Amino acid sequence: MDSALLIEKIVLVLVILGITLLIATYSTYAERKIAAFLQDRQGPNRAGIFGILQPIADAGKMFFKEDLIPAASEKWLFIMGPGIAMFTACMTGAAIPWGTELHVFGYTLHMQIADIDIGILYIIGFVSMGVYGIMIGGWASNNKYSLYGAIRASSQMISYELAMGLSIIAVVMMTGTLSLKEIAAQQHGINWNIWYQPLGFIIFFTCALAECNRAPFDLPECDSELIGGYHTEYSSMKLGFYLFAEYINMFISSAVIATLYFGGYNFPGMDFIESSTLLGWLQFATLFAKIFFFIFVFMWIRWTLPRFRYDQLMHLGWKSLIPLAIVNMLITAAVVLLKSNSF
Amino acid sequence: MQPLTNRSKLVVQKEMTFMERIYLPAILKGMAITLSHFFKKKNTVQYPEVQRPIAPVYRGKHVLKRDEQGRERCTACGLCAVACPAEAITMVAAERTKGEENLYREEKYAAVYEINQLRCIFCGLCEEACPKEAIFLTDVITPVETTRKEFVYGKDKLVEPLNQRIDVSKRQSWRMPEQQS
Repeated sequence: MDSALLIEKIVLVLVILGITLLIATYSTYAERKIAAFLQDRQGPNRAGIFGILQPIADAGKMFFKEDLIPAASEKWLFIMGPGIAMFTACMTGAAIPWGTELHVFGYTLHMQIADIDIGILYIIGFVSMGVYGIMIGGWASNNKYSLYGAIRASSQMISYELAMGLSIIAVVMMTGTLSLKEIAAQQHGINWNIWYQPLGFIIFFTCALAECNRAPFDLPECDSELIGGYHTEYSSMKLGFYLFAEYINMFISSAVIATLYFGGYNFPGMDFIESSTLLGWLQFATLFAKIFFFIFVFMWIRWTLPRFRYDQLMHLGWKSLIPLAIVNMLITAAVVLLKSNSF
Repeated sequence: MQPLTNRSKLVVQKEMTFMERIYLPAILKGMAITLSHFFKKKNTVQYPEVQRPIAPVYRGKHVLKRDEQGRERCTACGLCAVACPAEAITMVAAERTKGEENLYREEKYAAVYEINQLRCIFCGLCEEACPKEAIFLTDVITPVETTRKEFVYGKDKLVEPLNQRIDVSKRQSWRMPEQQS
């Protein structure tokens, strides 16, 4: 492996990680601002102009707060919980194609950290690892509410991962590849997967909400009944890590949704752009525009819908989404089969 | 049975139709409603910069008025303390000595006058009870303190400063004419 590639990859990793953290930071600001606007309020507007420095003030507060570890807790695991949540959240960005090629200072950057053949499996794997952070943290707190939150998180994850996997299988069958780069490349122009997989998209989106523990699926947190659920006992930056991991997950989920169903970096009319430098930047910007839109939808849904009851959650997952996903898979399979027989 | 009002609604538990059971139309409708609020005018009053207009008879922090020559009007009769339903007012009376005529209007004055702002319910009965027009409730909002002790306002916080007189004419005007004399 030559050093140029190594440097290129390291730079890319740092840039993507930086962007991820920056977007997660400002998602907290966006969340509060959008929540306020949807409720006819102003939102944070005191720190800096339009409250733009609010996330920095919040982070400063988080850092300097007293860091409590309950005496009866399993200390080692208690500290590890938020770490795992943060780590798995940051790992998922590696397999997403953020664009095709970007020409910077005469270099050609390939906008994907790792072009893994099984990129989508890698992401699903890491997303489901994310629940371990919640589970371990909730269990190690030695608090019944935290334990409830942790149990809910894990059962929710198990229920919704099935439907998510089944809806992805339909996309994989259609495109014939597990590589996210290939999937994105096949949706050239406006030939997006959403036109072929609308039902799959709805199922995937619902499951993505559940996997991110976002309202209306925020049962692991559940302020009103579990007083914060798995992070009841957490304070200071450990709590900050949990909350931050949620926003990173939301960002990555939006990126995955955009890549799988909404053409990733592709946009209509991209064939007419001559300059490859401009095209590279436009593709990058397109993907981020789509991601921001989906982050907005995530927040929009959170501030519209009330939380599910636990039995409703299970009912939706097992009795509605999984059968629908299976039907969707069967129809896709039939169509793919008919097409391949030159029908 | 005859309903008492025309507002009552009969609860029906009918089977949901297919469109209702898939929830998506209802969810989209809800999202449309929240989005419409996104662009609506905000109701927030940006407090320290913008202040809501308050009524002329607003009852805020108390003031112990001085007369035109700057002498304290209070004669420590204790009627305000008796009138106070929250028992927030206490005072210690003292006799005016020679040479203090420019400080106190009456021959007796309040050496200590304390109002516990945590007990006070801002009813304004002290003001009504006062025969000397000494105590008034102003439009000043009681500021925040950090200890309970600081909420017991003494004469230092209550007596009207000589250089910044407080206008209570709005509160005097609604009183009965015979009381105003």
